[in-house]
Amino acid sequence: MSLLSLRDVRVQFNTAGGVVRAVNGVSLDLAVGETLGLVGESGCGKSTLGKAIMKLVPVSGGEIVVEGVDIAPLSGEQLTGMRRKVQMIFQDPYGSLNPRSTVGRSVAQPLVLAGWKAGATAERVETLLRWVGLPSDAKQRYPHEFSGGQRQRIGIARALALSPKLIICDEPVSALDVSVRAQVINLLEDLKSEFGVSYLFISHDLSVVEHIADRVAVMYLGMLFEVGGRDQIWKSPQHPYTRALLAAAPIANPKLARARQRTVLQGELPSPLNPPPGCPFNSRCPMAQDRCRVEKPVLRPVANGAQAACHFV
Amino acid sequence: MQRFEFLGRFARNRGALVGACLILLVALMAAFASVFFPTDPLRIVGLPELWPGEDPEFPLGTDSLGRDILSMIVHGARATLLIGLFASAVATIIGVGVGAIAGYFGGWVDEIAMRAAELFQTIPNLIFVLTIVVILGSTLTNIVIAIGIVSWTPIARMTRAEFLSLRDREFVQACRSMGMSDFRIIVSEILPNALPPVIVLSSLVVAGAILFESAVSFLGLGDPNVASWGRLVGDGRQLIRSSWYICAIPGIAIMITVLCLNLVGDGLNDALNPKLRDR
Repeated sequence: MSLLSLRDVRVQFNTAGGVVRAVNGVSLDLAVGETLGLVGESGCGKSTLGKAIMKLVPVSGGEIVVEGVDIAPLSGEQLTGMRRKVQMIFQDPYGSLNPRSTVGRSVAQPLVLAGWKAGATAERVETLLRWVGLPSDAKQRYPHEFSGGQRQRIGIARALALSPKLIICDEPVSALDVSVRAQVINLLEDLKSEFGVSYLFISHDLSVVEHIADRVAVMYLGMLFEVGGRDQIWKSPQHPYTRALLAAAPIANPKLARARQRTVLQGELPSPLNPPPGCPFNSRCPMAQDRCRVEKPVLRPVANGAQAACHFV
Repeated sequence: MQRFEFLGRFARNRGALVGACLILLVALMAAFASVFFPTDPLRIVGLPELWPGEDPEFPLGTDSLGRDILSMIVHGARATLLIGLFASAVATIIGVGVGAIAGYFGGWVDEIAMRAAELFQTIPNLIFVLTIVVILGSTLTNIVIAIGIVSWTPIARMTRAEFLSLRDREFVQACRSMGMSDFRIIVSEILPNALPPVIVLSSLVVAGAILFESAVSFLGLGDPNVASWGRLVGDGRQLIRSSWYICAIPGIAIMITVLCLNLVGDGLNDALNPKLRDR
């Protein structure tokens, strides 16, 4: 049984300009102990999908199954069990901690809400801060006294408090300096090997995803275009969007960078208010044909062993 | 550490410092009124209409009945300040409550709350206060409640604006993802962050409340058992041509106190606003 299983998940927002289908039928499985990287450009709905799993945004359709329980229709207290299994790390280390709470109070919050006693909570907070490499006097200090990387560690400690099985990492290192990024990534990997926690790792930074993910899902305008093992996707991307995305990532070696074939995408991500009919990628796809403007592709097995949603691979 | 920084920033604004000192003086005067003037201030103690300085026993003179004006001012400070503080507290409680709920939940809740606030704002404040006092009766409590009811709207708007900007911040989402209840998020997470500008506004409402109470008392609708400064002005108004000091002295007291409260409000604004910190 997979830890997390999404079936045709939909999230839509009613805005003044019309209905935005931020997540438009996503199906995905995440196994125990696995790290799944969710990549895509800004505005493709990857963060919204993460928030939908946390039930931070209303889910308008589909199933979100956590260890056999569909949490999509649940609300309020019914979610207590799921909250212990799934936690989240946020993007902005400056915004994700209450500036008027001490670090100790922030980290203790999930424990207090779960009904832990004061003594046990204090002990657990000490342990958590040690795990993430913060000095123990950190707990009576305030977030503004810490650097971005340290604050992200505080956020990680808070997410770990109840020993969750899955942590949704919403761009956890995007706001950090490159030098600090590696430290936080290494910390996440250490915690994974120590506690067997799974990650849904949302990022637009392909080099980070290549480093940390076991499997990768590529998202575009609310739907998945390609899902597969990291090596399958990096070595032989099948979907034209995945190819363009990987080609756009910078390469450190200038010789290799000059030598490679590049498909550069034209234009911007279409407005999710008014997505093109058929395949949402047809307006920018180098391979687009008449069929793409009519029929929406679905995920199906392709040559590299992964799954891709394209009519022509 | 943080607290000292705050005091330092507050003290950098000279006007605020002077204001705070004078307010403190008035507050001390109010607190120890019965020590300085143990007798009832409304008792007749001397000749009527003695001008200030005419009799050294009554440095600020006596009113038309022969009551000591200094004693009445000192005792009146207590009533005036208490009315101001409590009316501001009532306004702050209503305003923060309505604003927090409107800003946090949004949607139709927000719509109803803001339309209600607009309704209150369209009614002329003084007439509204007078109406409430006339209907409920001229007691101190009713006057405080009436002033609170007309003064809560700016506080509600300010609180709502703060909540709107804070409710989607990631630390609030983190709390929601832990399953924290809405009530707890509002009170223990967002409110502490939303309060600084609200405190500034509340301090200004104290000044406004003192003026409202003075106006109510001047019109003779104040609590007859309380000698607030507004009532002293009102009592003296028949003699304004001959013995104008009876009106002027409590009037000056009101003016200075309100001015100082505004200065303190400005100082709090500077000290609590992090964007002005380094100026």
